[in-house]
Amino acid sequence: MTRTTTLALAAVLLAGCSAHGATRSQPQAETTAASGAVAFAGTYRPIPSPPVLIEHATVLTGTGTRLDDADVLLRDGRIAAVGAALDAPADAVRVDGRGKWITPGIIDVHSHLGVYPSPGMRAHSDGNEMTQPVTADVWAEHSVWPQDPGFLAALAGGVTALQVLPGSANLIGGRGVTLKNVPATTMQGMKFPGAPYGLKMACGENPKRVYGQKGGPATRMGNMAGYRKAFIDAADYAKKKDAKRDLELETLAGVLDGSIRVHIHCYRADEMANMLDLAREFGFRIAAFHHGVEAYKLADRLAAEGVCGALWADWWGFKMEAFDGIQENIALVDRPQGSCAIVHSDSEEGIQRLNQEAAKVIANAKRAGIGEIAPEHAIRWLTANPARALGIDAQTGTLEAGKMADVVLWNRNPFSVYAQAEQVYIDGARVYDRHDPARQPKSDFMLGQGGGL
Amino acid sequence: MKRLLLSAALFCAGDAFAQDMLIRNATVHTATAQGTLQGADVLVQGGVVRAVGPGLAAPAGVSVVEAGGRPLTPALFGGITDIGIEEVSGESSTVDSAVTLKDAQPVRPEFDVTLAYNPGSVLLPVARVEGIGFTLLGAGGGGAFVDGQGGVVRLDGSADPIGPRALFVRLGSDALGESGKSRAAQWMLLDQLVAEARGRVAADSPHALLTPAGRAALAKYLSGQGRIVVSVNRAADIRRLLRWAKREGVRIAVSGGAEAWELAPELAQAQVPVFVDALADLPADFDRIGATLENAARLRAAGVEVGFSQNGDASHNARKVRQLAGNAVANGLPWEDGLAGLTRVPAQAFGVADQVGAIAVGRTADLVLWSGDPLDVANVAQQVWLGGRAMPMKSRQTELRDRYLRPAGNLPRAYPH
Repeated sequence: MTRTTTLALAAVLLAGCSAHGATRSQPQAETTAASGAVAFAGTYRPIPSPPVLIEHATVLTGTGTRLDDADVLLRDGRIAAVGAALDAPADAVRVDGRGKWITPGIIDVHSHLGVYPSPGMRAHSDGNEMTQPVTADVWAEHSVWPQDPGFLAALAGGVTALQVLPGSANLIGGRGVTLKNVPATTMQGMKFPGAPYGLKMACGENPKRVYGQKGGPATRMGNMAGYRKAFIDAADYAKKKDAKRDLELETLAGVLDGSIRVHIHCYRADEMANMLDLAREFGFRIAAFHHGVEAYKLADRLAAEGVCGALWADWWGFKMEAFDGIQENIALVDRPQGSCAIVHSDSEEGIQRLNQEAAKVIANAKRAGIGEIAPEHAIRWLTANPARALGIDAQTGTLEAGKMADVVLWNRNPFSVYAQAEQVYIDGARVYDRHDPARQPKSDFMLGQGGGL
Repeated sequence: MKRLLLSAALFCAGDAFAQDMLIRNATVHTATAQGTLQGADVLVQGGVVRAVGPGLAAPAGVSVVEAGGRPLTPALFGGITDIGIEEVSGESSTVDSAVTLKDAQPVRPEFDVTLAYNPGSVLLPVARVEGIGFTLLGAGGGGAFVDGQGGVVRLDGSADPIGPRALFVRLGSDALGESGKSRAAQWMLLDQLVAEARGRVAADSPHALLTPAGRAALAKYLSGQGRIVVSVNRAADIRRLLRWAKREGVRIAVSGGAEAWELAPELAQAQVPVFVDALADLPADFDRIGATLENAARLRAAGVEVGFSQNGDASHNARKVRQLAGNAVANGLPWEDGLAGLTRVPAQAFGVADQVGAIAVGRTADLVLWSGDPLDVANVAQQVWLGGRAMPMKSRQTELRDRYLRPAGNLPRAYPH
């Protein structure tokens, strides 16, 4: 307990990030082994780039504000200013934003890129450690294949950061990792500086299906017993000063002390309520319920407890626990005061067009009489809110001076099937440009394919 | 209870009579050579389109629907789906899309999924309220790479398919497990099946793969009746498929076709329609290395008829097929071709163009009025008519939505409000 807290504080100082949202977090790049060495430290460094001034665009800041005919200045990897008629440094690259829209970089809180990459070969199937129901000791980052072409397809869709999670076969599947969506040879080269770790848990059908014939759990009550046993052990471990280091319990202890954020795959409203009670029993917080097709049935409670709902716009019916899906789920979860609705993908296809998923929600909310949801509000579902769930909202997710310059320039209002990301900036670097082949990265895997003629 | 009976009675009344109506002042996307007609009217009588054009007079007794310039399209094709032949994908007791016979002859082209079709499925209204009016029920994923037959159904609650059957075949890596672990064996087995169906193998041969019914079913397609829908992605496999289809004189369509653009001129010349998943741009396997968002645009530019069908959650989320067309347009496909891929192209490919897929005099009045551009997910279907009947814009999902949309009362939401 004291062990991790001290480290977390030290890490916050090291990372130099503000107190907001990060005080109790255990930055993933700074997790240390008992020896004191940094474990799997991140090596990401922003690509050096000149200042950029994007001018005369419609700007959705991610804070709920829309600015028309506004400029955004990126300098030294940060948002330097947002507003009308900004002065640019002499060496700034000026980008004509007339008729175009600017948003914060898109953030996907639920991805399996790299751990279930393309091509989907058996050799690449690294997302579920389906050997026992509790595998809190595994870390998704150790499965990430940075050459997954899906990262770059997502980049072309405006995704600048993402959490890669273990799959949902297990009750407790292991740690997730938050990455900058930059081309890199190593996972460490993508690690989001200072981001806390996530823990993936799963409710319902998947664990009981996978383990029902393999010693259990075979039922939802068995699932719950499994989580409780694990956290009883973790609480015990956290109290012991001289326990032998245990990777599984170390991660769960990190949940109990608040340094690791809990992300739970959970579809049904009644199961989400059970998990909220589980969290209460052991004194931890849930960052987000993922998939949550029934989240609309307890939207008020999620908002009251400060739990985000990371949801799809329209998936449903592929299994019993997804049978009650509705297209207004995100809009209904978004309605209460203090809510945190997120559009997530869980898909190498969906992550490329989270803006279109949000557009569906806006359209369906309007048809249902929920009202007109403004673009400046909806953009939060894919920027500020996922940043909050991931504990990186002090660094990214909005266009505010001082934050990382993670920015997308769209050819039009992003909430349309015709919207395309024209330029994507990560920490101020132009990492994708639809009109500049020199800024269209390609995975090693795609080289020399197709017969070479 | 009384309330339930009343609404059931209203619904039945609506069922019994097609609504005679004049839809006035719509942007009519006919999906025919007429293209788009601005400010046009559509007259529907007896469930059939009777006139299309500007300034039509409403005959006596015909109700008028003011479209206010909004887009009117034919009801859309939902893709190749299991709508009505599966309820919950993960529950095998609700899924009828495939036949798997272990010891008996496993290859059963006589298998016909339309016999399992349940027009009472909750999937129908979910798709219908989004403007989906017809779909091709597909057979797939069973114990053989020749999957059996399906057919087109209109999502109006009618029990039977319209038009001819289609035969489904899978080629390439998706079907290696059902074809001797090699794509070369797929051609070997296809040749044998053809030989049997054409009577070149004695019916009582110990080597026969087909039952007598299977021979008859396959022979029908070999004589050019009905289309063989081949799920195939790799360009090399498509090339071989084109040769095979020419040699055997069969009519085919390609579904999937991730690398079809590489053979666009050949597909155009052979007049083979291709049903693409326009969102599939990743090398999901070694059959789809060449996958690109520009597949549809490149195929069309070469003269190929392009339709849309999803690889993934095609049935429950059939409404997503619009998003495929919209993304194809965003990536270079002309807009009219995007709409055609959801209307005219599938209707023609599957032999039902005399009934659906266009707004034209004499066609069944399967129509959708949209809030805006129907290829953009930012818009929704506002009213759907099938056979001239206004469909209730309700589904299990809208009922769940409305139950939880209203403020909580004194009684749990399970009670009627």
